Amino acid sequence: MDKSALHVISLVSVGAHPTSGRPRRAEQDARAVELGLQLAGDNLHVLHAGDAEEPALRGYLGMGVDELHVLAQPPGADALPGLADYIRESGVQLVLTGSQAETGEGSGMLPYLLAEKLGWPLVVGMAEVESMSNGTAQVLQALPRGQRRRLKVRLPFLATVDNSAPKPRQSAYGPAQRGLLDVEEIDVVIDEVFAGAELTPAKPRPKRLKVIKAKSGADRMKAATAKASGGGGQVLKGVTAQEGAAAILKLLVEEGVVR
Amino acid sequence: MLNTLLPILLFAALGLALIGVLRRVSLWRNGRAAKVDLLGGLLAMPKRYMVDLHHVVARDKYIANTHVATAGGAVASIILAILVHGFGLHNRVLGYALLLMSAVMFVGAIFMYLRRRHPPSRLSKGPWMRLPKSLLAFSGSFFVVTLPVAGVLPANFGGWLLAIILGIGLLWGVCELFLGMTWGGPMKHAFAGALHLAWHRRPERFGGGRSTGLKPLDLTDRTAPLGVEKPKDFTWNQLLGFDACVQCGKCEAACPAFAAGQPLNPKKLIQDMVVGLAGGTDANFAGSPYPSLDGMGKPIGEHGGNPHQPIVNGLVDADTLWSCTTCRACVEECPMMIEHVDAIVDMRRHLTLEKGATPNKGAEVLENLIATDNPGGFAPGGRMNWAADLNLEVMSHKKTVDVLFWVGDGAFDMRNQRTLRAFVKVLKAARVDFAVLGLEERDSGDVARRLGDEATFQMLARRNIQTLAQYDFKRIVTCDPHSFHVLKNEYGAFEGHYVVQHHSTYLAELIADGALNVGQHKGTSVTYHDPCYLGRYNGEYQAPRDVLRALGIEVKEMVRSGFRSRCCGGGGGAPITDIPGKQRIPDMRMDDIRETGAELVAVGCPQCTAMLEGVVEPRPMIKDIAELVADALFEETAPAKPAAARREPAEAH
Repeated sequence: MDKSALHVISLVSVGAHPTSGRPRRAEQDARAVELGLQLAGDNLHVLHAGDAEEPALRGYLGMGVDELHVLAQPPGADALPGLADYIRESGVQLVLTGSQAETGEGSGMLPYLLAEKLGWPLVVGMAEVESMSNGTAQVLQALPRGQRRRLKVRLPFLATVDNSAPKPRQSAYGPAQRGLLDVEEIDVVIDEVFAGAELTPAKPRPKRLKVIKAKSGADRMKAATAKASGGGGQVLKGVTAQEGAAAILKLLVEEGVVR
Repeated sequence: MLNTLLPILLFAALGLALIGVLRRVSLWRNGRAAKVDLLGGLLAMPKRYMVDLHHVVARDKYIANTHVATAGGAVASIILAILVHGFGLHNRVLGYALLLMSAVMFVGAIFMYLRRRHPPSRLSKGPWMRLPKSLLAFSGSFFVVTLPVAGVLPANFGGWLLAIILGIGLLWGVCELFLGMTWGGPMKHAFAGALHLAWHRRPERFGGGRSTGLKPLDLTDRTAPLGVEKPKDFTWNQLLGFDACVQCGKCEAACPAFAAGQPLNPKKLIQDMVVGLAGGTDANFAGSPYPSLDGMGKPIGEHGGNPHQPIVNGLVDADTLWSCTTCRACVEECPMMIEHVDAIVDMRRHLTLEKGATPNKGAEVLENLIATDNPGGFAPGGRMNWAADLNLEVMSHKKTVDVLFWVGDGAFDMRNQRTLRAFVKVLKAARVDFAVLGLEERDSGDVARRLGDEATFQMLARRNIQTLAQYDFKRIVTCDPHSFHVLKNEYGAFEGHYVVQHHSTYLAELIADGALNVGQHKGTSVTYHDPCYLGRYNGEYQAPRDVLRALGIEVKEMVRSGFRSRCCGGGGGAPITDIPGKQRIPDMRMDDIRETGAELVAVGCPQCTAMLEGVVEPRPMIKDIAELVADALFEETAPAKPAAARREPAEAH
């Protein structure tokens, strides 16, 4: 792959340390930057929508990024329209993001909404880009229990990274201090739903008691290692879109998701 | 004939040596500026040489006496030879003086030669094997050639043959001494060494002083390099210091990382820096190489550099720098008072601050320090959990107190919590007016600084100093020698000046004042392990031993104790960077402990405790001094507790 010909954007947010809650570079976003650096090298474009004054953003610059582009946004603004416009005009081939923000809403919806708005394919949990040529990319998607699925995606596309992506490199103080912040003022769209909502701390979900039914050691081993699959799955092959949609709708009704 | 040739030889050699001086000085001047008292240093140099340096050399009486004879004889002979044979002052008294001095030098050189017959592995070979012979040639030739001047022998004694032999001897000796001095031969140590003593970067070390705190980086100066990338990023007097090395290998013999087979040899490192400042490769290095895992040593001759080339991965591999435990054993042993640890930390600073290349768990630890103020990444709110039932006074309530107990990050470590609780028990028994900072305390910054992260160190230091400034206390006492060292010696540069004591010092005071009612230690025989940051860094060897004696313990000293104590392997972030070697440093230290036959080793440092307890059993027990004192306390008869009220059984519905 020719690093200089690749145009990759990594989207970054401000994270929070899990035990102290202090602002830091977000773990998954740092992985998005790491993957971007490995793919595009110095060509990587790092983008943040939010407050450019946040010192934690320099954590990304410390990874060896010369410049961080910031779309200035006040807290509570909807980052989506600004990001979508920016990305659409950038002529980028690949946009990388973390799966879920560590601060703010943290709904994990941004990649989906962004992909919908752009009309691009979205790869969830991308672990590696194997090759990029002729307008398509061959990538590995991470599945639970270390499994990988090889996918062919047409460019441009959006991908989220999670903990299967390469570990982010150390953020160094010198480059972090020298790095430039390129701030761009954009139209602010207030997120009405979020602004009107009331946030309460999440309550831990009650846990179902684990009743061990296994009779033998082998059963217990199986229970501990077996794939967490519902078992009632069904593979539809060679069906029309209508039949497929009907099967999905039927399942959703059965599961009570759609009433 | 020699009478005409000799002045020519002497003055030609002197002239060439002078050119060598200029060249060498220009090499040092590649380094960055440093604040040095040039004239004062030069004036103080003879005393530093004869007192401070001799004090270190005199730990080995044989070589001290030999060096006095050889060096003293050589300096006097050179001056007299220039007068007598250079300027032709054929005075009888001068002649006899030169005879005497060259004889003294000759005797010294003989002992030097004897030492070199079966040299220990720490000594460099190569040109250093030639040096005693060159000294013999110099002193012997000048002795014979001066005999006529003193009137002992007739002027034309010996004829042509002797003249030729003497001529060769004189040429050899003069070349080694005059040219070798300034053009990079073994005698360079005399010239560079003298100037290094004059313009040392830590002049406080002379005259019995101590200077061990790392020097701060000025982070506000955007033009200054963050640490040392290339040899020219060292200050000029650091470069000069490297040039002073005599390759005696005392550092190599003392280095725990070298003994453990980790890829560090302090002597080779300093010689690599010399290669860096002068340009070239390490092919001429004639000592032990950096150890490698296959036991063969890293091959010599494959590394090279110059003042303007990056050091790491040209001259030195990064794992060499990360093997150091900053135990300062090399600095303590160095007869030239070279500052190895400063140089290593300077280069680490570049790797961490510019390259983001702290190995293994380094990056994680530094991130934790930034985000949670402790290296383990524990929630900062849990810092006082160890004392949940102790009702400790907190500074934010108390404001004024006699003793501020600095807890340290051991608060998060379950083993160290036993030590902390023992120390609190002792403080309470002695009715000391003390308090802790509680949740306001942060990591002292020790580990961040040794890992080269000066920025995080300064952040932590500034915040701690800010916190401490709010309160009124007479002294700080801590159970952690690393916090002790940083608070005492490294916060001063940021306007944090405190009276700081290690808990062993404070305990010794309490016992001496009769404030503690201690009994006798029961049973087992005990040895004591000196922590580097308490001993070599701060000179406290006596107080822990006094405390142990007060408990009726006769310490079974290890061979390597006091200022020669071997590191536990826990300093300088070494357990974090974890460079592989062929054995572990704490295992070697445990062997030292086993040698004494002691069943218990007293320690005074949470790092040492952790490292030594990491050695597999069976091994002697490890106890902190505070635990030993707490165990031996005479408990005051506690007032009889009222019998617990009988509770009615609760009813469940």
